[in-house]
Amino acid sequence: MSIEFDNNLPIYLQIMNHIKRQIVSGLLQPGDKIPSVRELAADLQINPNTIQRTFQELEREEVVETKRGLGRYVTSEESKIMAIKKEMAGDLLHQFIHGMQELGFKNQDIVTIVKEAVTADGGKDQKGANLDGRIAEG
Amino acid sequence: MDALLKVNGVSKRYGFKQTLDNVSFDIGSGKIIGLLGPNGSGKSTLMQMIAGLTPTTAGEISVMGKKVGRETRSLISYMPDRPMTENWMKVKDAVAFYKDFYADFNVEKALEMLDFMNLDAKSSVSVLSKGMNERLQLTLALSRNVNLYLLDEPIGGVDPVARGKILDAIVRFYSEDSSLIICTHLVRDMERIFDEVMFLNNGSITLYEEVESIRMKHGRSVDDMFKEVFGE
Repeated sequence: MSIEFDNNLPIYLQIMNHIKRQIVSGLLQPGDKIPSVRELAADLQINPNTIQRTFQELEREEVVETKRGLGRYVTSEESKIMAIKKEMAGDLLHQFIHGMQELGFKNQDIVTIVKEAVTADGGKDQKGANLDGRIAEG
Repeated sequence: MDALLKVNGVSKRYGFKQTLDNVSFDIGSGKIIGLLGPNGSGKSTLMQMIAGLTPTTAGEISVMGKKVGRETRSLISYMPDRPMTENWMKVKDAVAFYKDFYADFNVEKALEMLDFMNLDAKSSVSVLSKGMNERLQLTLALSRNVNLYLLDEPIGGVDPVARGKILDAIVRFYSEDSSLIICTHLVRDMERIFDEVMFLNNGSITLYEEVESIRMKHGRSVDDMFKEVFGE
């Protein structure tokens, strides 16, 4: 596993997002075991206490659950995973809309532009349809 | 509540030069601390004093409630910035030397680390590259079973690609209930493995803060802070 970290932002948030992305994209399936603190710390060359904090936060958000003596697992609740997906999509959308507004586009124009872009993309992006399809179902 | 390491009003003077000036701080257990400062800021002197190898001019240092000295030798493992091994040694002799010297030395761990570091037990220490020698010194220092590890510039002589391997080894092999103080000027490469960092500037601690809180509060990396404080 490799992530490009931005040292200007809290690392635990970046790792949280990374794990959430893996869950949303299906790389980590519901009920999958996630690595131990030590394993992940060594893999990412990150302070173990930072990883510990990441896991605690993920637990607090009920994205992962600890089974005593067995380790940590991705939540099996589909609704939770849906919620993460929506949250991440929301973040992306917010960023995008904000960026477009800064460029001076009106909301109606933004909708039109997105519509056109999606149509243009749809033609050549058949391969990604599978994954996109799954996300869209949510 | 009891600090693992207590440094209280420590000063060091060499002739007219005030190397450290009234330095005080506490360090708890289970932490990786970065002691950061440019060359000549007094990092190595401070490390040597904590290790009990250099006397203080003023002030007191204690580890687990014991004043630094003969009694704390078994609590501290120190990796100096210059190798402690002799040139006639083979890697395995160096391991045997440490085993004889330190009752707390864990040979199994040393062999596991050598393997991880791609170090051949039969190589002569004298033919090791600077980077490989650093790997050996780190192996020797971390294979002791102590409460406090002091690493002086563990990645100083290693190219950027090999630095990752050393960081990996530190995170993989340090024991979680002990603490590590790592001094370095290569902030960008190492900041992700620290819990807390200390800036040592002209013999004084000018900043001692959690790394994540620096990122959170100031929205910037330790490296950026470091450059701002020490940049010319």
